[in-house]
Amino acid sequence: MTDIKEKRPAITPEQTTSKPRKRPHPIWYAIAGAVLIAALTYYLPPFRNYQLATVGAYFTVTAGLTVLTGLNGQLSLGHGALMATGAYTFALTQNRWLTMPLSFLAAVLATVLAGAVIGLAAARLRGPYLAGLTLAVAVVVPSVASTFDDTLGSDMGLSIALDPPPGVIPMERWQAWLCWAGALLTALLLALLVRGRFGRDLRAVRDDETAARLAGVHIARTQILAFVVSAACAGLAGALFAFLAQSVSPGAFPLTLSLFLVMAIVIGGLGRLFGALLGALLLVLLPALAQSVAEGSGSQHLEGNLALVIFGVVLVVVMLAAPGGLASIRFTSIRRKR
Amino acid sequence: MDRFVYLTFDGLSRGAVYAAFALALVLIWRAARIVNFAQGAMAVAAVYVAYSVTEKTGSYWLGFAAALVFGLLLGIAVEKAVMRFVDHSSPLNGVVVALGLVLIVQGVLGIVYGNEFRPVQTPFRRDAFDIGGIAVLSRYDVFVFAAVGAVVIGLTVLFTRTAVGLRMRAAAFAPDVSRLLGVPVGGMLTLGWALAAAVGSLAGMLVVPTELGLNPNAMDVLFVSAFTAAVVGGLDSPIGAVTGGLIVGLLLSYVSGYLGATVAPMAVLLLLVVVLLGRPGGLFSSSKARLA
Repeated sequence: MTDIKEKRPAITPEQTTSKPRKRPHPIWYAIAGAVLIAALTYYLPPFRNYQLATVGAYFTVTAGLTVLTGLNGQLSLGHGALMATGAYTFALTQNRWLTMPLSFLAAVLATVLAGAVIGLAAARLRGPYLAGLTLAVAVVVPSVASTFDDTLGSDMGLSIALDPPPGVIPMERWQAWLCWAGALLTALLLALLVRGRFGRDLRAVRDDETAARLAGVHIARTQILAFVVSAACAGLAGALFAFLAQSVSPGAFPLTLSLFLVMAIVIGGLGRLFGALLGALLLVLLPALAQSVAEGSGSQHLEGNLALVIFGVVLVVVMLAAPGGLASIRFTSIRRKR
Repeated sequence: MDRFVYLTFDGLSRGAVYAAFALALVLIWRAARIVNFAQGAMAVAAVYVAYSVTEKTGSYWLGFAAALVFGLLLGIAVEKAVMRFVDHSSPLNGVVVALGLVLIVQGVLGIVYGNEFRPVQTPFRRDAFDIGGIAVLSRYDVFVFAAVGAVVIGLTVLFTRTAVGLRMRAAAFAPDVSRLLGVPVGGMLTLGWALAAAVGSLAGMLVVPTELGLNPNAMDVLFVSAFTAAVVGGLDSPIGAVTGGLIVGLLLSYVSGYLGATVAPMAVLLLLVVVLLGRPGGLFSSSKARLA
């Protein structure tokens, strides 16, 4: 015990030096973001608005995933499947009752349930075992869709009935608004959540389970909760994607989507919401860039595949060039006030 | 009853392939404590090479040999160029790098060959022999058993009877001590990757013709089955990998035979969950694995 006490003073000066950089409350970021997005949607042409909406939808899921993987150290390759869960729930509820808020809520609730089930298993697994299990979850989506093809419509999927946007708002602007409302709300809630005790618990469990347990942190509960929270984000994101595409099918949630999500948060910087935002931006921009290159070259095979290669190379290079592991990066953007 | 017998043999034949694939995973896990999530993608690349060679030369066997050689070289390349630089302080890093490789391999294959499904030929016919009125095995199944059997026996002999095998086991078991004793640990690791990738390529060659066909994502579901097989057996144990492979093969065969093919991936997921929750170390504990 004395050892620990002696070490303490050595650490504190470092903390005090970074303390003066007082950051504003997350709600200001959310408000600033909302204003920026609203302004952008009037300025941008419809297709750009659609892309903006897609970034918002991706941000919704990457934000949740970075909390799970970056802060809690649990790697999930199954978030594509969780998004599919949200998307299908949204589609089914929407086609039945045609009430958007209800459908979004149902999507989140359904994925919370699915996330709790997977999280229960995930809390007992480490490293490659966890990755393998979640990989199996990601791969199972098409077969679930075909097994229950009466309700889920097999490979063809379902089309979704949507009310037209209120008033004279163009569809793309409406999509951007809704997607970013979801994204900013998610990011705000996550930021508030990880500022407090929960965030501390998450990091404690990630860094040293034994120490965390000694300090009275309930390991399994923390891990399951982290999984459920990130699953809820994935469910909302899935519903947003379904809303964007106005349809849902297994082809929209392939294994590569799950890999892309992991890639996005790793490249953006694990454990930081700003990193998740960067990752979401890349997820939309890189394929678009690769697409235009592919069209320029006139090769059909490049389409889509070029983006895969770029993503893969970037992922490997980033992982190798940061030997300390990006997981060691602190959640600096939202440091708790003392 | 006929159906049951048929499904059993079909399951064993499938299981043999999963066993080979799981063996490849176990090889790398034992040597480097990495689950090679890129194994499936690498195997698909090898099958594409075989496809090209067979197209050019018209000989299945030349393609077959090309796939194995290519797998060997790819394994060496992946280990030497990428995997040896992975930081092992967190198991996450190795997994993420392997996933990056998956994207690269699938992307390159898609660029070179396109994403459409291609039919692949088999060296032997796949219609089953009748034994006493029951359709049991096809010539192809016999070929699968023979090939996987040869691999298992070959690896066993390599690891238990040869000096290289002893060094590989030593390098995997106690790298520091082995290095002091003059074992080239890095070289053994590269050799392990090469062998594993070659075995994976073989498994790919055996299984791709029987599944939907050749495309860059052909091994996604298969990798999950093989991973499940390896986990069922315990990632440390070669015997476990073979047993796990056969178990998964039988399960898949019965489930798709009696309940429908679409349920099969869900059954694998269920098996994986049950095994991981019940015995996270796998059915064959690591103490047994050290004997092998």
